[in-house]
Amino acid sequence: MSGKDSKSKSLWDTKIVRRALLDSVIKLSPRTMMRNPVMFVVEVGSAITTVLLLKEAFAHQPGFGFNLQITLWLWFTVLFANFAEAMAEGRGKAQAETLRRAKSETVANRILANGNTETVSGSKLRVGDLVLVSAGEIIPGDGEVVYGVASVDESAITGESAPVIRESGGDRSAVTGGTRVLSDQITVRITSNPGETFLDRMIALVEGAERQKTPNEIALNILLAGLTVVFLLAVVTLQPYAIYSGSPQTVFVLVSLLVCLIPTTIGALLSAIGIAGMDRLVQHNVLAMSGRAVEAAGDVNTLLLDKTGTITLGNRQATEFMAAPGVSNDQLADSAQLSSLPDETPEGRSIVVLAKEKYGLRGRELSANQAQFVPFSAQTRMSGVNFDGRVIRKGAVDAIAKYLNEGGSVLPKEVQANVETIARSGGTPLVVAENNRALGVVHLKDIVKGGIRERFAQLRAMGIRTIMITGDNPLTAAAIAREAGVDDFLAQATPKDKMDLIKREQTEGKLVAMTGDGTNDAPALAQSDVGVAMNTGTQAAKEAGNMVDLDSNPTKLLEIVEIGKQLLMTRGSLTTFSIANDVAKYFAIIPAMFAGTFPVLNALNIMHLATPQSAILSAVIFNALIIIALIPLALRGVKYRPMSAEALLRRNLLIYGAGGVIVPFIGIKVIDVIIRSLGLV
Amino acid sequence: MTLNGWFQILLYFAVILLLTKPMGVFMARVFSREKTWLDPVLRPVERLIYKLTCVDENHEMRWTEYSIAMLLFSAVSMLLLYLLERTQQWLPLNPQKFAAIPQDLAFNTAASFTTNTNWQFYTGEQVMSYLTQMAGLAFHNFTSAAVGMALAVAFIRGIARREKDTLGNFWVDMTRATLWVLAPLCVVASLVLVSQGVIQNFRPYDSVKLVEPQQVQKVGQDGKPVVGPDGKPVMEKVNEQVIAQGPIASQEAIKQLGTNGGGFMNANSAHPFENPTPFSNFFEMVLIFAIPAGFTYTLGRMTGSQRHGWAVFAAMAVLFFVGVTTAYWAESRGNPLLAGTDQQASTMQPGGNMEGKEVRFGIANSALFATVTTDASCGAVNSAHDSYTPLGGMVPLVNIMLGEIVFGGVGAGMYGVLIFVVISVFIAGLMVGRTPEYLGKKIEAYDVKMAMLYVLIFPLAILVLSAISALTPSGLATLSNAGPHGLSEILYAFTSGTGNNGSAFAGLGSNRWYNLAMGFTMLIGRFLMIVPMLAVAGSLGRKKIVPPSQGTFPVTTPLFTTLLVSVIIIVGALTFFPALSLGPILEHLLMHAGKTF
Repeated sequence: MSGKDSKSKSLWDTKIVRRALLDSVIKLSPRTMMRNPVMFVVEVGSAITTVLLLKEAFAHQPGFGFNLQITLWLWFTVLFANFAEAMAEGRGKAQAETLRRAKSETVANRILANGNTETVSGSKLRVGDLVLVSAGEIIPGDGEVVYGVASVDESAITGESAPVIRESGGDRSAVTGGTRVLSDQITVRITSNPGETFLDRMIALVEGAERQKTPNEIALNILLAGLTVVFLLAVVTLQPYAIYSGSPQTVFVLVSLLVCLIPTTIGALLSAIGIAGMDRLVQHNVLAMSGRAVEAAGDVNTLLLDKTGTITLGNRQATEFMAAPGVSNDQLADSAQLSSLPDETPEGRSIVVLAKEKYGLRGRELSANQAQFVPFSAQTRMSGVNFDGRVIRKGAVDAIAKYLNEGGSVLPKEVQANVETIARSGGTPLVVAENNRALGVVHLKDIVKGGIRERFAQLRAMGIRTIMITGDNPLTAAAIAREAGVDDFLAQATPKDKMDLIKREQTEGKLVAMTGDGTNDAPALAQSDVGVAMNTGTQAAKEAGNMVDLDSNPTKLLEIVEIGKQLLMTRGSLTTFSIANDVAKYFAIIPAMFAGTFPVLNALNIMHLATPQSAILSAVIFNALIIIALIPLALRGVKYRPMSAEALLRRNLLIYGAGGVIVPFIGIKVIDVIIRSLGLV
Repeated sequence: MTLNGWFQILLYFAVILLLTKPMGVFMARVFSREKTWLDPVLRPVERLIYKLTCVDENHEMRWTEYSIAMLLFSAVSMLLLYLLERTQQWLPLNPQKFAAIPQDLAFNTAASFTTNTNWQFYTGEQVMSYLTQMAGLAFHNFTSAAVGMALAVAFIRGIARREKDTLGNFWVDMTRATLWVLAPLCVVASLVLVSQGVIQNFRPYDSVKLVEPQQVQKVGQDGKPVVGPDGKPVMEKVNEQVIAQGPIASQEAIKQLGTNGGGFMNANSAHPFENPTPFSNFFEMVLIFAIPAGFTYTLGRMTGSQRHGWAVFAAMAVLFFVGVTTAYWAESRGNPLLAGTDQQASTMQPGGNMEGKEVRFGIANSALFATVTTDASCGAVNSAHDSYTPLGGMVPLVNIMLGEIVFGGVGAGMYGVLIFVVISVFIAGLMVGRTPEYLGKKIEAYDVKMAMLYVLIFPLAILVLSAISALTPSGLATLSNAGPHGLSEILYAFTSGTGNNGSAFAGLGSNRWYNLAMGFTMLIGRFLMIVPMLAVAGSLGRKKIVPPSQGTFPVTTPLFTTLLVSVIIIVGALTFFPALSLGPILEHLLMHAGKTF
């Protein structure tokens, strides 16, 4: 889909804009508007002025032109708000369409009880059905590979064109309906009924069809509704005071004042901000199952990060050869390389690479009759090679020590000492022995990802604690934790330990986020406040989490947190801006209302707006245009920089609070000059 | 403005600053039921009270039970005061043989004193017996203050408690507020006031011969000047003056300390028997702020964030100085219509606009008193706010409109400002990218709903009732000034009533409409606002506390103080600016254009 191309999609894509324009008119239906109390009040106000305008049209009263313009701009205010929402939805809808194409009717080969297959429509499949999918076919529904291994093109979901391997058993068994098998054949057990598949849920999510207001959005809506009532009171009671003062006002002016005062800016953009937040996640190839999860991401206090893949590169690498006494490093390197040549594990390959880089040893061809490769086994916990009369073994220190003992020799003290040094520094020692003699140690090291330390420092500045989860022993864990700059670590972690840690943090009132992919991660994913499942993970993990990362990149948790924060910040900033705007609007409208009766009140007309009409009209126009002007900000979100809450608050208060007071003074004045020069009033 | 005037204002603030910590610590101990040095005397009394009233002092109340207890107590005591007013002619301690108070006025007064407003549509020394004053009015001065303190403590507990359903025990909080804080301080304060010449007796009123007989307008039975057949007012010669007496010192102390403000005399703290000397004036002002300022420290202590307490104190201090500076500046500038007259302050005269002010207090101490009494919900006055310049008079009005949260009423100021804190934290808290948190408590939809309800009821009552008054004959009937000044008088009355302040702009006479409307708005402004406030407290108390981190919204810094001040001003200004622009602001501009009302 979507994911990758939408990043390049400009904010003002003509197709989306055209559709949003139409939608903004459709959304005028009062039933839709009622969901947004602030804009509903504007719509009611516009309706009232329209009715009065129609009556006036026949009465030929003076001031018709002014009243007409006011009425038009009031309607524009409503339309602009709808447009903002439609724009945000439009981007999602475009993505949904691409997804729908992937959902096109599929044909499935269902395996019958007798072992034969029958061809049925994909929509007929039910949970538990077994289907056979061969190369070139589209997988008909979400499921789990129960037999076989295949390469699958998942670009329809992830946008990533490189094929991925899916195989039965283990943590790479989940397949998604709508993706295509490129090679081989797999048997899939269907795990979701039609209409409930991952793709269906994804379409609903990006379309915003199931969008429910999030808790914070509800709270903010209450605040805005409350403010609207306060201003309704202020304006409705102003008329009696005006009558008392001998200067009654027209309904047009009163409605203008009301619409300018109630928080229309944030009211108009609030739902667009929410939709755009979800959309930003989608652009990062993350699917949130609810808006609530996105909000929670902003609140996270503790991040649980798996060491492997998140903090360190997936695999250890050989960094050093430390020969035993009486053995040269070249000798050790030679044996280590030989034993690793047939070893396809990343560790094995890294030994070959190190031997080549440091000791100039080229890779050799080991033909099958010359050499006998001894693969790693759980019993011996060693691997190695028998070659040309040389019996080479490599493995963990205790395994090799046992192996040497059996052959009647012992591990030299120096080697033991090297092993301990390496372990203390967070590395993994790999002992190499040849013909019953220990040659030395290979230092395998976890490589901490570049830049991760800085990321953690930023998180710390934002008040987020990072905890590294690893199966390593505490010594190794501590060393890596120190190198990576995490705040804490959980060593030799079992799924239960992880679960207990989450619960402990939560009883302290903290919100916890984590990533996971295995089935044994599922309970912890479900318990955590933000649980991001890897798309490559098992079905159970994906069900348990409240977000799925289609790129299966655990580091993305950091971006998710930032997106959550950005969402809340955008809401807060625009609310502040909206309320701060009112100060200028008062100074425009109040003197204009009463200067006719009391010219002294012109002292409050500090913007020196030309006439009462131009002042009121300018304020109303500003109020409408600012919505359009802020749509990009609402959709893109307020720029987020990692810094302490105090610094963030100071910065945003200055920009959106103080700025919110000043900007409308300038804006209204400029509009006043323009409409005067155009002769509109 | 003079150096001497500023010195007195700063000295006043310095004394308040010094009192804040000891008062705060003491109150925190009292309400946490920790040991105090008064325990040997007061604990037995307290225990006896609980025994007689069957109160279990260890029973904890949820916010609903707390509210019901508070409402019941207030309803019953209000009824008792009403009955006392209606039957005073048959009861003792009535040497002047005052008759029963009329129904609507008795209702108004009962509502007024129960709600800590002390709006006075009556003239104390002309209608109230000593018994009514002492057993009725002064009784409420104590209890309404104690209720306010109890409520503030309940709210603070809501913030401080972790996942607890209860807010304390209303009866215990109220009893302890009275026994430990109000009563002992009043005993001391009364004696200090007596030392300054405030009277304390049960004598019938004195009658004295005037040294210089006066020619005055004759006033008829209806209260209006009698006009002769020639259209000119009829004059009469007065040789004798009646001088009211009474147990004033004991009333005066609680009137100030409990931020009640209902004077024994109609002239309130301008009367030499209530407030005879500059020192008594200074002392009375200190009494007003003593408890409210102390509460900021209590807040810090009980929530474990002393710096937050000081941040709230700082916000109040800023608003206090803005108010007093404006009032002092506006009043010392004098009256522009008297240009050419010497209005400069000098050794011979205080200068400025002295109309309606006592010579022994001058401009600085009148402006300061007016600011303090409306910053708090006291409402005692030592000068006529009605006679201030339009801008000077706007200061007390705006102070009340902001919700009397500049130190504020005893307890009421605390919970009032805390509601503003909740709203400030909610709006600005989002800007740090988290669900807003206040001292570790997440502010959620329910809290915002209740806080907004609290914020909404206040302008609803003020603006709607003022609007009705501005349009109806009965609302306009007793208005003594026309134009924007008249509108200010109406606005001031309902603002003062709803805000439970009780100070009057004067110029607005009592009639059936105002007696009833004011009575109801005082009840609305107190009780309708307290219930959602306690709901917020209850909800906060049940929440978890998120431990603070670098990402937590700061509520202890100058930035927070700035934010709080801005939110208070903006919310208040946005709500009331249209009304103010047709009242004091317009009057100010017209006055400078040479037009008065």
